[in-house]
Amino acid sequence: MPTGKLAVWWVVASEIVIFGGLLASYIMHRLAHDAWAEQAAYTNTWIGATNTMVLLTSSLTAVLAHQAAEQGNGPKAAKLLWATIGGATTFVVIKAVEWSIEISHGYTITSNTFWSFYYTAAGLHALHVIAGAIIMMFVAATAKKNLELHRVELIGIYWHFVDVVWIFLFPLLYIAK
Amino acid sequence: MSEHAEHTPTDYVKIWAILVVLLAISVIGPMFEIRVVTLITAFGIAVVKAYLVAKNFMHITLEPKFVSYFVVTALVFMLLFFAGTAPDVMKDEGTQWQKPAWKAAAAAAAMAPAGHGSGEHH
Repeated sequence: MPTGKLAVWWVVASEIVIFGGLLASYIMHRLAHDAWAEQAAYTNTWIGATNTMVLLTSSLTAVLAHQAAEQGNGPKAAKLLWATIGGATTFVVIKAVEWSIEISHGYTITSNTFWSFYYTAAGLHALHVIAGAIIMMFVAATAKKNLELHRVELIGIYWHFVDVVWIFLFPLLYIAK
Repeated sequence: MSEHAEHTPTDYVKIWAILVVLLAISVIGPMFEIRVVTLITAFGIAVVKAYLVAKNFMHITLEPKFVSYFVVTALVFMLLFFAGTAPDVMKDEGTQWQKPAWKAAAAAAAMAPAGHGSGEHH
């Protein structure tokens, strides 16, 4: 296995422990406090679902970019990576609007423990989205010149992991009410 | 570099479409407000979606076995963490310890008028 790919899988395994620990903490607190359901009722399921849709679609463009890179078509891979970056940007913009609405209604990170978890988990995830989008810009720039095409797969693995994390955050923060 | 030759763009779009349908089910299911249905449609489907992404987009099954062992080991550590700390977090007393603040908060909540629960516990 190439060193870069090994490193990315190592990162993914590490991230599972980071997000896994956070989500496990959330779940045990949530199960212990029925009153959290009242707070969770204020999160907007439709905004969460829209962002899930955005990330699933960005995963599709990421895997298509990987496929284009495997076929040696760097420019096409770059275009698909930019589409993925577009998905990341859309996700972050929606999240910013959502948080603005919630904060304006008085639900801040210090409101109570549920909202502390909510902003911590979603915020940490959003930072991963932003980091992934920035890395993807560099990968797209080289891929466009048909250089370092193996990187397209590496950033793709990371991006799909970010998608998987959101797949679990969505029901935990938006559906379990 | 031909390891994914069996996938066509159409295959990936089909998997994406399945994921979108599963997303719709996970949103609609909990609307029935039946606990079992919510657990299956929200969390059961999340597991299925994660598996579909890991298998078809991350191609984890095409990687050497040790990659799966990496991931499973990380998940086991998460479960160990949960099992080791959950009793402390979720219970208000054990054989040699208790949480007086919790009990006081629960007693206060029981005496408070309905609808005044803040969800605040420490």
